[in-house]
Amino acid sequence: MEPHHIDDIKKIINRGHVLTELHDRYSYSFDGSFGTYLPDAVVQSKHVEEIAELVKYANREWIPIIPRGQSTSLSGGPLPVKGGVVVDLSVMNDVLQIDEEDLVAVVSTGVLTSEIHKAALEKGLMYPPDPSSSHVSTIGGNLAENSGGPRGLKYGVTKDYVIGLEVITPQGEIIRTGGRTVKNVTGYDLTKLIVGSEGTLGIITKAILRLIPKPQASETVMAIFDSLEDAGAAISKILSSGILPAKMELMDQASMIAVENYEPSGLPRDAEALILIELDGHPLAVQDEAVQISKVCREIGAREIRIPQTAAEKEEVWKARKLVSPAIVRIKPTKISEDATVPRSKIPEMCRRLKQIKEKYNIHLVVFGHAGDGNLHPNIIADKSDKEEMKRVEQAVAEIFEAAVELGGTLSGEHGIGTMKAPFMEMELGPVGLDMMKRIKEAWDPNNIMNPGKIFPEPGQKLVLSE
Amino acid sequence: MKTKLEQLREELKYEKTNQCVQCGYCLPVCPTYATMGKETHSPRGRINLVKMVGEGRITDLSVLEEPMDLCLGCRACETACPTGVPYGEILEAARSAMTRRKKFSLPVRALRNTLLKRVFPSRRAMNMIGHSMWLFEKSGVQKWVRKSGMMKKLPYHLGEFEAITPASVSPTERSSLPTFTPAKGIKQYTVALFVGCIMDAMFRKINQLSVQLLAEVGCDVIVVENQTCCGALHVHAGESDHGKHLARLNIEAFEKIEADFIVNNAGGCGAMMVEYDHLLADEQDWAARAKHFVEKSRDISQVLIACGGIPVKHQPKERVTYQRSCHMTHVQKVTKEPLELILSISNVDFIEMKDPNMCCGSAGIYNIVNYEESMKILDVKMENIKETRATLMVTTNPGCLLQMKLGIERENLSEKMRAVHLVEYLAEVAGIAGKQEGN
Repeated sequence: MEPHHIDDIKKIINRGHVLTELHDRYSYSFDGSFGTYLPDAVVQSKHVEEIAELVKYANREWIPIIPRGQSTSLSGGPLPVKGGVVVDLSVMNDVLQIDEEDLVAVVSTGVLTSEIHKAALEKGLMYPPDPSSSHVSTIGGNLAENSGGPRGLKYGVTKDYVIGLEVITPQGEIIRTGGRTVKNVTGYDLTKLIVGSEGTLGIITKAILRLIPKPQASETVMAIFDSLEDAGAAISKILSSGILPAKMELMDQASMIAVENYEPSGLPRDAEALILIELDGHPLAVQDEAVQISKVCREIGAREIRIPQTAAEKEEVWKARKLVSPAIVRIKPTKISEDATVPRSKIPEMCRRLKQIKEKYNIHLVVFGHAGDGNLHPNIIADKSDKEEMKRVEQAVAEIFEAAVELGGTLSGEHGIGTMKAPFMEMELGPVGLDMMKRIKEAWDPNNIMNPGKIFPEPGQKLVLSE
Repeated sequence: MKTKLEQLREELKYEKTNQCVQCGYCLPVCPTYATMGKETHSPRGRINLVKMVGEGRITDLSVLEEPMDLCLGCRACETACPTGVPYGEILEAARSAMTRRKKFSLPVRALRNTLLKRVFPSRRAMNMIGHSMWLFEKSGVQKWVRKSGMMKKLPYHLGEFEAITPASVSPTERSSLPTFTPAKGIKQYTVALFVGCIMDAMFRKINQLSVQLLAEVGCDVIVVENQTCCGALHVHAGESDHGKHLARLNIEAFEKIEADFIVNNAGGCGAMMVEYDHLLADEQDWAARAKHFVEKSRDISQVLIACGGIPVKHQPKERVTYQRSCHMTHVQKVTKEPLELILSISNVDFIEMKDPNMCCGSAGIYNIVNYEESMKILDVKMENIKETRATLMVTTNPGCLLQMKLGIERENLSEKMRAVHLVEYLAEVAGIAGKQEGN
């Protein structure tokens, strides 16, 4: 970018802010993944028309535009890898309407997802997608990355709840897709195309989200296993037994030991795995389902089943799961959280492969996550200042992706591709599949100004986890 | 020889910044991120800037200045952080590194030196300030000055602060804090009271009431000679070497007596004292002594609860809300006891405000040096307080108390609401002191 570009942008953004100080630019140079990329400027504005004008200008001048929520992304989505202007959309947070009759929420892009949860709940409704970051992440970011969360098992991910969008196109036009109806089959489904496009096709500024009635009751079951593969088998068996839990979370031995060392929670250190199941629905139904699930787990060989009775006991059980992340970074500071996902029937096999990869590369690999939907979250704990170790980690990550794809799975269950997984796209989609996606990108954004450098690999691009 | 960058990394505690996984969980609890609205003024942003300096990407330390200066140091981010990043340590290290390299103008340097090194640490000086304030009030000069409109012309909005400073005590009363006060009834503990510097000069009443309350519940109370300022203001201003000096003096002074607890009644001072072991961790001769000091340190509410709570005389019904001291909540982690004491009072209609753990914007001298930013934070707090429709606001730190009084003035609420320190309130309901005027 040239200095006159900044002057021009300042003329366009006259109701918002244009940040160009070095400390501000560095503050918008990172996300929750790897790498630091300095933008040339950061723009904040509450006014959609102003941002649209900015995009029009950027398209004319070939300046990269990088939409950003609160940058909790784990895949590199909001990183300005080619410089340009970061557009901080977290300030666009003034619309949050719940329409009980239409069962929809209308929200502006910067609203925090947890605020939508709260507003829906007040009306006895629920917005199901619940990424762990929901109290920090904006709905716009969730839509762009197609975020998931523990409830994905029963309720799906973000894309399953979006019925309409307002979007700024790469040419700076404001368009509306979909609408307020659950049924809508007019033409191409641009809504679904834009959700999960990671900001490469446009800037989402508003969304219409589908809500559902809030379940009346919930039950929790904890099952402890001596073998990780048994736990995997139990997960498949439960799912094929006709019960659909809301959440089904897995913790392996390494994560249990880490939690016990960090804050003793009464987890067994000598067991290889535990699964935590939450059932929601009618009070009588969930009680019965809890009994059935306990039976299935015992048959597979669970050594212990715990069913917390009071709300406080339930909270205690789920707290142990929440403590995994803080507990494991006490071991080593760098955490690489993957979200490769496999078909449910392949969960035991994926558990076995992960064990092999852990031994082969001699890495600290912890397995936990939303096992019920095959989204296992293998986490590698390393120290990024140890260059030799990071090389091994890079190889192990590549092999995790290969294993997932080989088993009929996918690179990403909920974090998106961004910069981190771009090198592996062809492996999953094949050259023609990837080319079709590229053609869509080229048609929408011929000047490649909208979040360039994401999803599609540069020639020869490899995964690099050291800076 | 270490390279310049290696030296800087060490000074900045660079390796601690790597504990931050940049998840952003600190953003919603950070008062400056909420009011200033950019990542630069968030904990994650500030840690990243330090990291960038440590990695040699930012070579000019002045780039850090504004973001670090505008941090309140409330440390709410530490409570929210899932990976336990020691933000306070990183902030202090950054401020120290900047202070060491900074060339202050002569008047600023002189003022910093006088205040930080001569005034706060000196009980004589703080007493003199107390005496002068008393003289200023009683001689009629205050009335005259207020009437003349001169106060409005003071720099840093000091005039507004003058109007809310509490009534001072007379020199006779000031000298009367006894070195030993015996427990009433059966003795449970021997405690040593930390009197503080500003606390002692401006809030002598609270210290007096603390002694009386502690004695009332069964403590022998000792006021140790030669104790000095806790050093918090120094460490926060980047003068950690002087902070360490004061810590050593205090450890030495309190070692002289065999107390069960070292008790403080100011959230900020208490937070500094429970971290003396971190502060002196690298000093062989002092590390163990500091640890011993820390083990004995308690907030007054903890000791009152340990003694079984306070005896409550009959109280008229009152709607009460409680503004926590950030340092008490996030650093000392004392959260239950003050609330337990408030709830033990019959007829208290306790209403929790929205975002009760959010900073009020006082933060040491932040509200003086960063007045505008501080007032934005205070305005948010006052909105939440007004919603409770409480008539009494309880705080646990002198800085918060002044800020709350300022907030009440700014909102023209002084007819409807008063702000008091927890000690004042407890003394009042225990029948030790008459109803505090508050505002």
